[in-house]
Amino acid sequence: MTDVEPRVVVRGEVIAANVLHFTRLLRRAGVRVGPGDALDAQAAVAAIDVTRREQFYWALHAVLVRRHADHPLFDEAFRLFWRDPMGANSALSLLLPQVRTPVAKNLSRRLSEAWRPPQPHAPPPTTAPPPAEVDAFLAYSDDEVLRNRDFDEMTADELVDARRVIRALALDVRPFVTRRREPHAAGRELDRARTVRAALRHDGELIALARRRRVERPPALVALCDISGSMGRYSEMLLRFLHAYLGEHPGHAFLFATRLSNVTRTLRGKDVDRALAQCGREVADWGSGTRLGESLRRFNLAWSRRVLGQGAVVLLVTDGLERDDAGALATEAARLRRSCRRLIWLNPLLRFAGFEPRAAGVRALLPNVDEHRPVHDLASLAALAAALGRPAISR
Amino acid sequence: MSGVPDSVDGLAALLAEHRYLADPSLATVLFLALRLGKPVLLEGEAGVGKTEVARTLAAALDRRLIRLQCYEGLDAASAVYEWNFARQMLEIRLAEREASPAAREALARELYGERFLLRRPLLDALGPDPRGAPVVLIDELDRTDEPFEAFLLEFLADFQVTIPELGTIAAAAPPIVILTSNRTREIHDAIKRRCLYHWIDYPDAARELAILTARAPEVPARLAAQIVAFVQRLRASDLFKLPGVAETLDWGHALLALGQVELSPETVEATLGVLLKYQDDLAKVTGATARALVEHARAP
Repeated sequence: MTDVEPRVVVRGEVIAANVLHFTRLLRRAGVRVGPGDALDAQAAVAAIDVTRREQFYWALHAVLVRRHADHPLFDEAFRLFWRDPMGANSALSLLLPQVRTPVAKNLSRRLSEAWRPPQPHAPPPTTAPPPAEVDAFLAYSDDEVLRNRDFDEMTADELVDARRVIRALALDVRPFVTRRREPHAAGRELDRARTVRAALRHDGELIALARRRRVERPPALVALCDISGSMGRYSEMLLRFLHAYLGEHPGHAFLFATRLSNVTRTLRGKDVDRALAQCGREVADWGSGTRLGESLRRFNLAWSRRVLGQGAVVLLVTDGLERDDAGALATEAARLRRSCRRLIWLNPLLRFAGFEPRAAGVRALLPNVDEHRPVHDLASLAALAAALGRPAISR
Repeated sequence: MSGVPDSVDGLAALLAEHRYLADPSLATVLFLALRLGKPVLLEGEAGVGKTEVARTLAAALDRRLIRLQCYEGLDAASAVYEWNFARQMLEIRLAEREASPAAREALARELYGERFLLRRPLLDALGPDPRGAPVVLIDELDRTDEPFEAFLLEFLADFQVTIPELGTIAAAAPPIVILTSNRTREIHDAIKRRCLYHWIDYPDAARELAILTARAPEVPARLAAQIVAFVQRLRASDLFKLPGVAETLDWGHALLALGQVELSPETVEATLGVLLKYQDDLAKVTGATARALVEHARAP
């Protein structure tokens, strides 16, 4: 597509076509917009006064943005797509499909990629082979060097892939039965209130017995993620995983290396790139050494009673390489296990064939977790890594 | 409203008369709750006297105390109202036998009337009471789930409940509502917004001694001082669960029952289970640590 000359005549079909382009642009940028939404957008635009830019903006916003997380992207896309060379408030601007690559600085990577029409699968750009993995920060010192971290932004394709992989990951967290009831035709209990109400509709004749059953719900997932140097680029991958997971499931996310940070609020309800960027700024111990036992102790003391109520499942993601006292680690892991419904340890180190639990930390952890799940989960995590497959983060 | 003090100090004094020693911040929050007619959400570790606030307030103001203990799965049928199903069925059967269309018609109109309504605590709290609006204690709100919290919103904001068949029932006089939470999960912001919030912390040594003396006057003064010094020092150490005021009082009673007049390392070790409820914590405090703590407590 090329630039189109401005036209002065306001024509409905031009607006309609542009609205359609706009919805497709949003979809390519990773906002969940379906064909139904595109139709709604047309109806919304038809219902308002399109010569008023503000109304136009909010009409589209009302039908296309469902989650607060998508607002910034929509805002950016709108400003660029409906850019008006003649003046910000002119109705003319609605007729100008601005389908050229934007030049704005700091433009979201997903948005700028979405701007270009979809291309056939191009060969990936040849990059230098990723540097050999060096577990460089296995030691920590008390005067630790605190570093913040800048993340690369995600492309729209990667986002879609990540969502797919996470759905496929299907962590085996079985729903548990609550004490709450819901109406259900094949339920085992009699729903007395509804039975009487139904009887009243038939002159008091008991025609059918209403039934109910217990409600099942998934447990909250509390993720404790190691972001120390030995975890390498897994820590970033995990953050993306957590972001996607917390967007749709109940749960909490904590990061630790030498200290423990609760990033639940940072991750939840934001655009993935913004959330990660904020995490990178907030968490100060990226890539430093691990103090696994101490971090678990902090969690047990300060958080476990607040977030592990009502049957939470804990996902401990670490390589178990601990430099502190392994005995203390075992104690804290045992306590953590007693406080939650299920303690699942995901260990990225198991990607190496011939992994043996030789490290003291690993040996301390192993007897104190409910599950050490390398194979299935690791395959998924590896798939996630491949989906997000990019060279290690440059700082 | 009758009997409500007209100042913070007045309220604190009234509570103290009933052996509850509120610190100035708690007294202020409670006073405001009474004045503004807002619910209070009290959070704090187990055993710092959250539930006791409601009990004492009810006793001090001579109001009825209506307590709703929360648990997972608590629903409107147990908290607010339920239709008396058995009686409804019986009446339906009787009406069938009479078979007069007029009687059936009358029953149909009445089947969802007051006569068949079973009142549960929250609905009960809205009814008129000659002694004045009751104190409603919604205890351990964190034990319920989000659906029940959502259900509470209407009750807390307007002191009314809606029963589809009857309509909206508003309070005769706004009740005094106290919610407590042990923070085993975060209470939703929407609930917090409707309440005054207060975090009850462990008391300092002077206040704890005053509480112990007020609640367990039989404990000799010397022993009481030692108990408080011991517990205060214990709270400064690195334990999984710190002992609350309730544990201090229990310990006072326990030592009294054993006929002790002074702390000794032996009795401390024998009775430590009253204060500490985790094996790791107990293991940390035995032996030399316990002796050091006792020595500190006995030092004048």
